[in-house]
Amino acid sequence: MNPAYSVIFFTTASGAGYGLLTWLGVAVLFFDLPAHRWFGLAAFAVALTLITVGLLASTFHLGHPERAWRGLTQWRSSWLSREGVVAVATYIPAGLAAIGWVFLTNNDGIWAWLSAVAAVLAVVTVLCTAMIYQSLRAIPRWNTPWVMAGYLGLALASGALLFHFGVRTFGLGFAWSGWAAALLTIAAWAIKLAYWNSIDNAAPRATAETATGLGHLGKVRLFEAPHTGDNYLMREMGYKIARNHAKRLRTIALILGGAIPVVLAVVATQLPDVTAALVALLAVISAGAGLLVERWLFFAEAVHTISLYYGTDAA
Amino acid sequence: MTSLPQSPPATKLGLVIDLDTCVGCHACAVNCKEWNTGGHSAPLTDLEPYGESPLGVWFNRIHSFEAGDGAEGRTVNFPKSCLHCDEPACVTVCPTGASYKREEDGIVLVNPDTCIGCKLCSWACPYGAREYDYTDGVMKKCTLCVDRIYNENLEEVDRVPACVSTCPASARHFGDLGDPNSEVSQLVAERGGYDLMPEMEMQPVNKYLPPRPAKTSTGDTGAPAALPDHDIAPVEATGRGFLAWVDRTLSR
Repeated sequence: MNPAYSVIFFTTASGAGYGLLTWLGVAVLFFDLPAHRWFGLAAFAVALTLITVGLLASTFHLGHPERAWRGLTQWRSSWLSREGVVAVATYIPAGLAAIGWVFLTNNDGIWAWLSAVAAVLAVVTVLCTAMIYQSLRAIPRWNTPWVMAGYLGLALASGALLFHFGVRTFGLGFAWSGWAAALLTIAAWAIKLAYWNSIDNAAPRATAETATGLGHLGKVRLFEAPHTGDNYLMREMGYKIARNHAKRLRTIALILGGAIPVVLAVVATQLPDVTAALVALLAVISAGAGLLVERWLFFAEAVHTISLYYGTDAA
Repeated sequence: MTSLPQSPPATKLGLVIDLDTCVGCHACAVNCKEWNTGGHSAPLTDLEPYGESPLGVWFNRIHSFEAGDGAEGRTVNFPKSCLHCDEPACVTVCPTGASYKREEDGIVLVNPDTCIGCKLCSWACPYGAREYDYTDGVMKKCTLCVDRIYNENLEEVDRVPACVSTCPASARHFGDLGDPNSEVSQLVAERGGYDLMPEMEMQPVNKYLPPRPAKTSTGDTGAPAALPDHDIAPVEATGRGFLAWVDRTLSR
């Protein structure tokens, strides 16, 4: 699949934003996070900006962005539509909770429940995003529950790193959130490794033989493509990445997104607030870079069954 | 509405494509382009048609495959257009309702006025039936020539998809595959017509007829089975004489 930058940016940025919203809700509900005005302002601003910028970026690849609202109508059948609906719905409790936190410095009672609802909707949005990809049978490597686990894991891990950076910056204590972020990051990348392992070892779901129905004659090979030039299908779905190239990028993603943030988050737990905040920021930046590489690979490595009609043996 | 019809269409209009007789002339693709660039989904835009890398919207493409080896090996021309599936994932993933499957005849269409051009339907289709028009910013696809097959301004004989009407080898047949007694259904039953990639569970309506078994022996024409061996001595590089000298000189 062609890795479109708008979709890579959308899924990583809004994923991190929804992850942060989730941890705000959890921290308010279970860990009695104080309603610190400036922390609240910064945290909600970062979360909602990441989400909004991501959602806007995702409309850039539309042929008709002005009709984007129509995408909210088919939630009965379409995961893309469901994602849009839940994404928009999340703004309501998140926005209200932000108002209570920032203007009334209150995150108890009803405000806490609004944060909790926002957290639940944030998780559902990330799951809907994952289901857009996971539900596509025509891309067999995506048609596995590891996709959903990976999207959720990475969103929660990147959100936790952001949360950790926030609490240390505003000196709210919660130094243990560095440990939590590190553990979540390890879990998320363990899921990712399991996904890579599963796609490397999966038996082909479809072959050139089943795509043409000519398998009874023997091995099927493309003799002549329909035309000598390019076409939309090959541009959008025929993207191929060399195996060695992918391997190297996986290592880079794992180091930038997993190893470095884990080490930095743990180091931050041992430091005083100001230096801890700086180290936590470095962890966020490194994790972001790793996520972009990981998401690029998610698309670039996926083989669409259309390639079977253009010279690929198996998908 | 991108949910599928409540009651599955009883009429299933579609194509039966004969891989035995297709000669790979691309006439179906050309006539398809010709008709549809003025039809329901008009225009079928071309970008840089005379430039370095031309790119255009086509609803119909002819691939060519080699299958098997040796005497049993075949070259098979393979036309492919939308299969108007019974369980079309391209329709259910559509977030806007622009993609739909018609209850009356099973044809899968796109409403160009409500399509947002998100391209997800083209990702969902395992067969590559969907074509994005970069100029119009909407998805387009084979309409089964919905603007021909019901068109009372045309002679009845012409009320078939453009690809079918133009095929010089009668390799494309059009009809109701929901009716077991229709000519196309009988053709499928007779020749063992099959689905492409059934493992994708799209339940395509279009069927493909396999190539008939290849002839591996000749009929008796009275000709000898093999020509008698004649001893033709090869010119050796080490030999003598004029030819050997020429050969050696040229081989240097």
